[in-house]
Amino acid sequence: MLEVQEVSVNYGSGQGLDPVSFKIFPGEMVGVMGPNGAGKSTMIKALLGLVPVSGGQVRYCTCPLHQQLEKVAYVPQRSQIDWDYPATVQTVVSLAVTRQLGWFRRSSVATNTAIQRAMKRVNIWDLRDRRIGNLSGGQQQRVFLARALAQDAEILLFDEPFTGVDATTEDILFRVFAELRNEGKILIISSHEWGSHLAEGLTSLDRLLLLNRELIASGTPREVMTRENLQLAYGRVWTHAFHGDGKDDDLFC
Amino acid sequence: MWLAFISMLIEPLQSEFIRNAIGVSIMIGVLCPVVGTYLIVQRMALMGDVMAHCVLPGLSIAAFFGVDRSIGAFVSSMFGSFFVTWVRSQSRVKVDSAMALTFSTFFAIGVTLITLLKNKLDLDRFLFGDILTVTLNDIYATAAIAIVILGAVYLFYKELLYYTFDATGAEAVGLPIKWLHLGLMAGITLTIITSMQVVGVLLVIALLIGPALTAYLVTQELHHMMFLGSGIGIVSSLMGIYLSYYLNLPSGPAIVLVSSSLFMLTFLFTTRSTFFKGTKHSH
Repeated sequence: MLEVQEVSVNYGSGQGLDPVSFKIFPGEMVGVMGPNGAGKSTMIKALLGLVPVSGGQVRYCTCPLHQQLEKVAYVPQRSQIDWDYPATVQTVVSLAVTRQLGWFRRSSVATNTAIQRAMKRVNIWDLRDRRIGNLSGGQQQRVFLARALAQDAEILLFDEPFTGVDATTEDILFRVFAELRNEGKILIISSHEWGSHLAEGLTSLDRLLLLNRELIASGTPREVMTRENLQLAYGRVWTHAFHGDGKDDDLFC
Repeated sequence: MWLAFISMLIEPLQSEFIRNAIGVSIMIGVLCPVVGTYLIVQRMALMGDVMAHCVLPGLSIAAFFGVDRSIGAFVSSMFGSFFVTWVRSQSRVKVDSAMALTFSTFFAIGVTLITLLKNKLDLDRFLFGDILTVTLNDIYATAAIAIVILGAVYLFYKELLYYTFDATGAEAVGLPIKWLHLGLMAGITLTIITSMQVVGVLLVIALLIGPALTAYLVTQELHHMMFLGSGIGIVSSLMGIYLSYYLNLPSGPAIVLVSSSLFMLTFLFTTRSTFFKGTKHSH
């Protein structure tokens, strides 16, 4: 179980994240939603100790998570990466086994197999020798998804994986997320829009965290996506939300 | 005709100082593009220039106390890079401004110290280099530094690749990114110090960046960029020395101009082919 207790971040000047607490069990897929600048990326980074936290702790199976980072796969936002970097698809996916191989070792049969399987699973095997700068946004996202898969992690964190991707990639993302959940992995997926075309993804979430510098609501998507909560998070009136009458409206945000 | 060409190549080798110069420049020709590759992919090309300028106060102080000048230069240059990082992280000052302030300040401190401490440093040689004064000991020192740096790049290749491509991702999997950064900075500084005698402080950045950047235009992988860059680095160094010998040019600028010409040729060739491809597609 992943247990987040009162984790907070203080960047100064009012920026940061108020204390956040939640628990995630194996086989759960949790979405993180909130407007741009709500602290979604900050929270994900705080869980891994990538930004200095001003309080709280994150535990996985009773031990601090930052001491077991080999069990975590983190997929950063695509915009954080320089895609003109001289590297091919295969090279980037191969980064997944850096920690597993340890210092000085280049590759092994087992790692090569894992890398190949991950690339085939997200349909980028044919692109393996292509320079990453020559890929579409969706293909780049799949390269990172393959890197996360090849890591064979127990906890997977995705920061805005749906931004700027095509429908094929979206389908692959949802398919792989569902498979990972069935394998008993913990998934945390952030998105500023779980909008109309992601409605299917939204309903497949076990839990949704609504964030805007603090945790506004946590629960099933139906419990969280109320007009009041969305107004609190986004600061304006939303005409589209779950109404609690069992009927699904458009779920865009 | 071939015989004449070969004798032209062999003739300069009869003098020891040219042989030493060629020995050192081949090693620098390999080392600089390998290290420069990391500067380019991290968008830190100008940081190399800053670190080169920052060696001056250390040189002066080391000369005053009779310590090995390379040690002074190394400490001073590393201090310069820490200063840039510190100013950047503690304020809203952006990296370009922090670098401009740092290198000019360190350079001014260096020039002032040379006067105050009455050093017998040859500022001209420091600024422009003089490959023809290279001794056998310089060759051994360069070889030792090249072996250490190239060995480290080979051993830590995959970790450095991860760090320079995706620093946050590298930190997320638990790689010691602070040590990788420190190691990279130390490697860059050592390369600069070693290369200074060949091309001088003002032009060392050209040797770090030029050949590697030429390779960047045509390669797909980091290690290909290093290998091709090293080849271009060796060719630039050798052609520069021969041009300097036969045309009586200063050696540092000659090497840099060959390297820059190779970049321009590759640049024009690659952009032209892209242009033609574009024209074809439009039909």
